[in-house]
Amino acid sequence: MKAYFGRRYMLSASHRLYAAGLSEEENRAAYGKCNNPHGHGHNYFVEVLVGGKVHDETGMVMNLVELDAAVGARVVDRFDHSNLNLDPLFVNLVPTTENLCRAVFGLLKEALPVGMLDRVRVEETENNFFECCAE
Amino acid sequence: MIYLTRRATFSASHYYWNEAWSEEQNRAVFGRCSNRNGHGHNYTLEVTVAGEPDPVTGFVVDLKWLKDLIEREVMEAWDHRHLNLETAEFAATIPTTENIAIAAWKRLEPAITAHTRLSRVRVYETPEIFAEYRGEGA
Repeated sequence: MKAYFGRRYMLSASHRLYAAGLSEEENRAAYGKCNNPHGHGHNYFVEVLVGGKVHDETGMVMNLVELDAAVGARVVDRFDHSNLNLDPLFVNLVPTTENLCRAVFGLLKEALPVGMLDRVRVEETENNFFECCAE
Repeated sequence: MIYLTRRATFSASHYYWNEAWSEEQNRAVFGRCSNRNGHGHNYTLEVTVAGEPDPVTGFVVDLKWLKDLIEREVMEAWDHRHLNLETAEFAATIPTTENIAIAAWKRLEPAITAHTRLSRVRVYETPEIFAEYRGEGA
């Protein structure tokens, strides 16, 4: 029987939205306050949803200790209290939350058992969030 | 298609224990949740139904009806109960959040199917931990 298990994590990080292919003016027009040269930060909430069979012995889709270990090692340790623009993933990629969400999905897909990662949701503030789903 | 969700909360206690395992194995897998004296949570149950709004009422389903159904089928059975010791479905099944979501679906689905389609049941054990069930094969 398939069910889904979800867990929320918080990470605090800074970023600046700036596209190298756009002029200074175009950057300001596209990103507004997010283009501030010195960057700014958010408390991001990362919600991870895994899906799979509920194991008869444990009643669990996945032990949350294992999920915490994977998300901790691959995502929280990497991005928490960091400047996203300086992460190798964002050298040539604007660290919008769309791109962060997709990056987190990719990192976790590699770390979790095949086929289990169903969706990653990243909340940048209380009022906006982004989701990336298994194709 | 419109998805409509009703939320309800209940408080219950539970513990995780597999009778087929040694005490050591239970402790290793379930950690603090294996304490046989139990512990409790404020659970939040989210019930999502899917359908088209009725042309006369504009409702996918009457929310009062859904509220009463949740109250009768789930809250009366689980609220302020010890899930392992007082509920039929967890006498032999470990009341993990996953299994609670599945059990809530089974309690609600037959009555909801007569009116509309049950799309999803989500159970929050804490604000950070939740499980979802979307029915067989979904």
